[in-house]
Amino acid sequence: MHDRELLSQSAEETRRIGQALAQQLKPGDCLVLIGNLGAGKTTLVQGLAEGLGISESVVSPTFTLMREYQGRLPLYHVDAYRIKHLDELREIGLEDTMLAEGIVAIEWGEKASKLLPKGCLEIAIELLPDQRRKIRIQQCA
Amino acid sequence: MVDHLTLGIETSCDETSVAILRNGQEILANVVYSQAHLHNKYGGVVPEIASRNHVKKLPFALQEALDQAKINLAEIALVGATHGPGLVGPLLVGLSSAKGIAYALGVPFVGVNHLEGHLFAHALEFPNEPPPFLGLIVSGGHTILVHVRAYGDYKVLGETRDDAAGEAFDKVGKLLGLDYPAGAALDKLARQGNPKAISLPRPMLNEVGVSQWQFSFAGLKTSIVYFLRDNPKGLPADIAASFQEAVVDVLIEKTLKAAVQLDTKRIVVVGGVAANSRLRERLQAEAQAFRKNVFFPPMALCTDNAAMIAAAAYFQHTQLHQKHSLDLAPMPGLRL
Repeated sequence: MHDRELLSQSAEETRRIGQALAQQLKPGDCLVLIGNLGAGKTTLVQGLAEGLGISESVVSPTFTLMREYQGRLPLYHVDAYRIKHLDELREIGLEDTMLAEGIVAIEWGEKASKLLPKGCLEIAIELLPDQRRKIRIQQCA
Repeated sequence: MVDHLTLGIETSCDETSVAILRNGQEILANVVYSQAHLHNKYGGVVPEIASRNHVKKLPFALQEALDQAKINLAEIALVGATHGPGLVGPLLVGLSSAKGIAYALGVPFVGVNHLEGHLFAHALEFPNEPPPFLGLIVSGGHTILVHVRAYGDYKVLGETRDDAAGEAFDKVGKLLGLDYPAGAALDKLARQGNPKAISLPRPMLNEVGVSQWQFSFAGLKTSIVYFLRDNPKGLPADIAASFQEAVVDVLIEKTLKAAVQLDTKRIVVVGGVAANSRLRERLQAEAQAFRKNVFFPPMALCTDNAAMIAAAAYFQHTQLHQKHSLDLAPMPGLRL
């Protein structure tokens, strides 16, 4: 997948970017979402879930650290926001999840970088001076 | 009549809790491990990593509960434990311990839905105010409006579509530089601010049909992000007060509307956000105009605790003759 930079005008468009991204994913893919509070990480994952044919509504995984959804491919929605130590991610079984034949989308993924496999797709969402977002998608080294 | 003792175990998220109930009603012990005195008593400086380490904490919490209740484990007649929703690892710890104890004692075991457990906080505190009632479960992990037709008979009206209300409090608190979890600090800060200082949206208030009972708080959080970016010198107290007012407006309006439509006389608020002073004051006051009585169980029963789990297990077992087999698995995504 080529590195690219997109501009989103609205939450709806961020959602559509997630939907489109879902079409290009294959089992075992891992997405690392980076961006401040309110950037639109969960919104993008909501679109991703729709693109994977998941009918259930995707809610914030902050409190539970991980939520699992069944679609064309299973989606594991992980949130490292509350994580203070990598072992906490190990305890919820993040490494096992990485081996599963699904899609892993991890918010605040930069905190989990040591546990992530090579070749993750990094999605950095940045709030611009208006309400637009710059969304940069690139393959991690 | 011989006393019936129920042991309850709750480990669905951050808290490790063990409780003992007499005859399903009287709380003999309700130990939550995060209580500071327990750390001191057992000499445990609990490192950050152990925040989820229920394995280490559960035996101490169990012993403390037995000591407080002044009973022997052998006197327990029923064991209940949360089997979902929550994190699979922590759930497994409480569930496996509960099953092991039930098996060793030869007594029945009941797996409890954590969300149903929350509703039993009301049963423990207000036994003479039974269902039907409208329940609002509002915490860091959940925002649910539920019609409790009877204990054991629930109709979920709506939930949050993104962030839970308590999570929004925590995250906006973080934006204002408060420590996580930020609910109590934000509440305090808001008391010094003007709730009308900033114009914020009231998400999902004009919905119709089934979505009229749903909540959405992520956009409100984003509004605060925009405001702080454009007004870096905005007064934190005003921001906290305005944000809190928006959340409370939405919670109250939907709750009262549902109570009127369902024609329930009682409204029960449980979960960590039930501690919010603005929600308590305003809901109590505004419900009067609709002749609704609002109940807020005490905070020790509102936040995650095992007494509510034991109460739900006792009800399930004695009223619905529920008894689970020892192969009951944790269900991280369990719904009410």
